Amino acid sequence: MSRQAGFLFNIVKYRALFLMLVVPAAVLIFNNYIPMFGLVVAFKNYNYIGGILGSPWEGIDNFKFLFQTEDAWVATRNTVLYNPLFIVLNTVCAILLAIALNELRSRKLAKVFQSSLLFPYFLSFVAVSYLAYAFLGGYGFINKSILEPLGLPAVSWYTKPGYWTVILPLVNLWKNVGYGMVVYLAAIVGIDQEYYEAAVIDGASKWKQIWKITIPLIVPVIIVLVILQIGRIFNADFGLFYQVPLNTGVLTPTTSVIDTFVYRSLLISGNVGMSAAASFYQSVVGFVLVLLTNFIVRRTSPENALF
Amino acid sequence: MNAHIESHTSAAGKARKRKANPSVTSNGLSRTANALLVALFALLSLACIYPVLLVIAVSFTDEQSIVTYGYQIIPKQFSLFAYRYLFEDAAQIYRSYGVSIAVTLIGTVGSLLLTSLLAFPLSRRDMPYRNVLAFGVFFTMLFSGGLVPWYLIYNDAGLNNTLWALIIPHLVAPFNVIIMRTFFTNTIPVSLIESAKIDGAGEFKIFARIVMPLSLPVMATIGLFQTLAYWNDWFTSSVFISDNKLVSLQYLMYKTIYNIQYLNSGMVDANVAGSASAAIPVETVRMAMAIVGIGPIVFVYPFLQKYFVRGLTVGAVKG
Repeated sequence: MSRQAGFLFNIVKYRALFLMLVVPAAVLIFNNYIPMFGLVVAFKNYNYIGGILGSPWEGIDNFKFLFQTEDAWVATRNTVLYNPLFIVLNTVCAILLAIALNELRSRKLAKVFQSSLLFPYFLSFVAVSYLAYAFLGGYGFINKSILEPLGLPAVSWYTKPGYWTVILPLVNLWKNVGYGMVVYLAAIVGIDQEYYEAAVIDGASKWKQIWKITIPLIVPVIIVLVILQIGRIFNADFGLFYQVPLNTGVLTPTTSVIDTFVYRSLLISGNVGMSAAASFYQSVVGFVLVLLTNFIVRRTSPENALF
Repeated sequence: MNAHIESHTSAAGKARKRKANPSVTSNGLSRTANALLVALFALLSLACIYPVLLVIAVSFTDEQSIVTYGYQIIPKQFSLFAYRYLFEDAAQIYRSYGVSIAVTLIGTVGSLLLTSLLAFPLSRRDMPYRNVLAFGVFFTMLFSGGLVPWYLIYNDAGLNNTLWALIIPHLVAPFNVIIMRTFFTNTIPVSLIESAKIDGAGEFKIFARIVMPLSLPVMATIGLFQTLAYWNDWFTSSVFISDNKLVSLQYLMYKTIYNIQYLNSGMVDANVAGSASAAIPVETVRMAMAIVGIGPIVFVYPFLQKYFVRGLTVGAVKG
């Protein structure tokens, strides 16, 4: 039987299974694969009449314009500075909280605390932007209920970019640490109790147990979660950087990231060429980072590599 | 990828066992250490809940007392004015609730159906080209065209200002496909499918009568993830929707925070605002809008979080 005949034979024999995946596959092709090819628009002088295919080629002019703007560099700098900070901060806090939560004597209290800490994860960033505003606005809680009673002058948070290098990591931690904590907690309670029983017999202190048993045993989970985040280092959480600062122009030196830059160039300035170039740059560099991270992990601990 | 999912799934299994018989008492925390940790967690829990309580309080406060005393957790002067103002013309709010509910329902049911229809063939060991197809799904997690081509293609397809533009983007999430495929592979015995085939059942019948009933846990988990994804999505709306009839609840909240700000433009700061803003209850209406928007989540959270945690610990560990 020739290869083509084999292919046809397979399709016919398993036609029901292939039929099942036709619609979901079509959705993936439309939503994910066609846009990948649509990236060529970065090398075109896009017009709405010609569309992606019909617009004339333009070489790398879009990229020249892109990298001439200071904004693109600021956005890149912010993206690659915030994301590693978020990864370290969130991972360390989530692990510490998971270990602590697991040690609490009262299971009931632990459940209550877990529910409370996970709650912010359920909110959208639009909701979070309102909550942040309640604290940071002109009449907000911080100005009126904390600074004023202390005799300190009110701070205009939404006009001072410097503060946002602290506000954004805190808001991000607040929203996401509960999720990380739950995941690490699952890994910790999965550790075989015999390790700890043996350690207690040997007289190991709590600290020793945490450092020598708990942490080493959850390292595989940490690695998987961190690799996935490193792979996304070039993608910022759009809602956090756009919505929480309420899309305020003066804050962009510390709140602009590649995602917000692309969004603003495309939907506010209507500059398809430049935003396409930025989108292309983000996709390709992001992809290279995923491959690179996976390569390094594969070199150092192959069992933890993603592929 | 698979190896990770399986190993962590079994870890979660052990976790359940361990909770059943509590650990040796001799290794417990000292009373002081325990009390300190409880205090710490109580503070952190408060930090997570307090902002919502603050917003609720402000939404029930008189605007003038906000201008004078700022946002306070206990209203100095109770008032329903913000809600009355908001519901004076509530057509848009009801409309937006309708849009959000419709998109969330159709989207969640649709994505459960399509995700399982993709995951089932991929979970079958006898499925030809399954590795190539599975890689095709996985690859979309590694590489993406980004916002611009995605936007242009939706535009070209005429999806602007349609509910489809809000539904299709989350319909088939590769991550969910992988979780579901792993679940099918691990829990549905090959022999069961084989014997159904011998009895003359077709693939669709096997899918509907055998696979679905056995897969309720994973359906609940992914259904919950999807409900949250659809309900909380404002980004897709901000990209594709300009028609007021199709403004979802989250997008309405998004627009309101800017619109009220626009009414108040240049006076965002307490120092500048003075008495001018007293006419429109800007601050309290804004917070009332937040409560109208957040309300459903706050209400269902206590019931759903348990299932969410269960889903996270079984499926999502390897991200």
